[in-house]
Amino acid sequence: MTNENAITVKNLTKTFGDFTAVDAISFEVGKGEVFGFLGANGAGKTTAMKMLIGISKPTKGEANVAGFDVRTQAEDIKKSIGYMSQRFSLYNDLTIKENIVFFGGIYGLKKSVIKAKSKNLIDELGLHDEADKLVGSLPLGWKQKVSFSVALLHDPKIIFLDEPTGGVDPITRRQFWEMIYREANNGKTIFVTTHYMDEAEYCDRVSIMVAGKIEALDTPKNLKEKYKVDSMNKVFLKLARNIE
Amino acid sequence: MLPIIFVLPMIQLIILANAATFEVKNIKFSYIDNDKTSFSRALVDKFEASTYFDVLHSFPSAKMAKSAMLDGKVDVIIEIPSHFERNLLKDKKTNLSVTINAIDGAAAGVENVYINQIVQQFNQNAKVALMQTGDAMAKPQNIITIPSFWYNETLNYKTFMVPGILVLLVTMITLFLSGMNIVREKEIGTLEQINVTPIKKYQFIIGKLFPFLVLGLVLLTVGLIIAKLLFQVPMVGSILLMYGYTIIYILVILGIGLFISNFTDTQQQAMFIAWFFMVIFILMSGLFTPVESMPKWAQILTEFNPIKYFVQVMRMVMLKGADLQDIYPQVIKTLLYALIMNGLAVWSYKKVS
Repeated sequence: MTNENAITVKNLTKTFGDFTAVDAISFEVGKGEVFGFLGANGAGKTTAMKMLIGISKPTKGEANVAGFDVRTQAEDIKKSIGYMSQRFSLYNDLTIKENIVFFGGIYGLKKSVIKAKSKNLIDELGLHDEADKLVGSLPLGWKQKVSFSVALLHDPKIIFLDEPTGGVDPITRRQFWEMIYREANNGKTIFVTTHYMDEAEYCDRVSIMVAGKIEALDTPKNLKEKYKVDSMNKVFLKLARNIE
Repeated sequence: MLPIIFVLPMIQLIILANAATFEVKNIKFSYIDNDKTSFSRALVDKFEASTYFDVLHSFPSAKMAKSAMLDGKVDVIIEIPSHFERNLLKDKKTNLSVTINAIDGAAAGVENVYINQIVQQFNQNAKVALMQTGDAMAKPQNIITIPSFWYNETLNYKTFMVPGILVLLVTMITLFLSGMNIVREKEIGTLEQINVTPIKKYQFIIGKLFPFLVLGLVLLTVGLIIAKLLFQVPMVGSILLMYGYTIIYILVILGIGLFISNFTDTQQQAMFIAWFFMVIFILMSGLFTPVESMPKWAQILTEFNPIKYFVQVMRMVMLKGADLQDIYPQVIKTLLYALIMNGLAVWSYKKVS
C-alpha cells in the first residue's frame, strides 16, 4: 500500500445471502482529500462504509484504511478514524458535556485533555448555555454539529460521515460544511456520503454508486464535462436513470 | 425510570410477603358424630376452639357429608365412630375417619397436620381423664393418626418468605434491565457508535455490569431494611457474607441478561427470552414448591438454576447464621456460573458483523 492514500479499496464485496449489496468496488482516497461517496438509497453506500470502519466483515476483496487492513486490523483502524452515523448516535440521556467525557474516555484520552477539548468544542459551537442540557433535547442541526465534534475528539486521521446533513436546514448545512472544510485544511481526510448534489460540488472528488457498483469517479468538474451537463444533480440523474 | 426500579419491587415485597403464605385459615369443618358422648363432644369443641377451623355442620350420615363436600361446602369431614368413648377408655385406642378435600393438595396437607395436632391435643386430655378414673397405672395409647406432612407450628411464614421474595425481586430487576440494555442500544443506534471505537469487548461488558450490580445491591439493601423493620425478619448471619454472595449472584444474572441482549435484535425478543428463563427459574427454585418433590430430571435441571442457590444462601445466612463454610458449595457453583455466563456475554458481543 502506498503512503499517499488514506483509503485503498480493491474489489471490496459484501453479500447478504443472494443479495450483493456491494459489488467489487475499487477506489483510492488521498490524504487530506474531501471524498464524496454518492449514490441513491439502497445503492450500498452505508454497507461499504461499514466495511471501511471495521464493523462489517467484507465477503471478498481488500481494503486498507489509515494503513491498516480492515479484515485483520479493524481495532487499529478504529483508533485512527472518526465516524458519524446517519442515525444520531450520541446518548440522548446524557448532557453534551457527559457525552464528551464518555467518548473521550473510551478513546483513552486523559482527563485534562478531555476537559480542554470539551471547553474548546463548546466554545467553537457556541453552546455554553446548552452544555449541561440533555443531548436529546437539542434541535437536530445542533445534535449533528455536536456529533461531528465528538467524532473528532480523539484527533482521527480520517473522518467518515454518513449523510451528516440529512434533515438539516440550509444554514446549518452551510455551517456544517464550513466545519468539514476546516478539518480538511487541518490535513484530515474526509469520506462523506450525501444526497445533496450541491454538497457534492464541494468535494474534491466524488464517486457515484449505483446498485452496488461505482459507476463514476472523478472531480465534479470532470464529471460534468464528461456527461455534458451543468450540475452534479444532472450527472447523478443521468447515471442513476441509465441503470434503471 | 429510577423511581420505577425501586418503588415497584418494594411494593411487591410488601404485598407478596403478606399474601404469599402457606397458612391455611377458615377451614370449613364438619363432623358426623356417631357416638354422641361427652368425649366426642369434647373433640368437636376442640375444633371449634381452633382459630383455623369454622365448624359449620354436623351431618347425620356420611353420605350427606360427602355430597356437601362435592358441592364445595365443606373442606374437612371427621367421622367419630360409635363406641368412640368406650373404646378409648377400654382399649386405650380408637380410629377416627378423616376426609379432606384435596383438590388443593398443599392446603390439604396443611389441614391434615392441623387436624392431627388437635386430635393429639385431645388425646392428652383423654389421658388426663383416664388418669382421673383411678387407673393410675394405665398408659393410654395414642389415637392412631397417620401424619403425612411435617410441620413446624412456630414457623413464621413471613420470615420464611421475605428473603425468598427479595431474591426474586433483585433477580427480576437485574435480569430485565441487563437483558433490555444492549439490545436497546442496538435499536437506537448508539451501539454502532460504540462499535467504531477501539473499546475492548471485555471493557464494554464490565462497563455494562457495573451500574446494574450497584443497582442490585442498593435494591437488596432497601429490601433488607424493609424485611427488618416491617417484617422483623431475623438476620442472624453475617451481613458481609450476604453481600459478598449477592455480588457473585448478581453477576450471574447480569451475565445471562447481557448474553440474551447480545443475541437478540429487538427488545421484545429479549423480553420474551428473559421471561422464559425467569418463570422457569422462579418455579423451579424451591421457593414455592420443594425441589425434593420434583421428578428426577427436573431436580437435575434445578442444579442450573441460580435462584435456587440464592434462596438457599439467603435463608441459610439470614435465618440460620450460616458461615462461609456452610455455603461453600453454593459459592463455588455460583462463582463458576458467573464466570461462564460473563465469558459468554463477552464472547457473544460482536463488534464486527
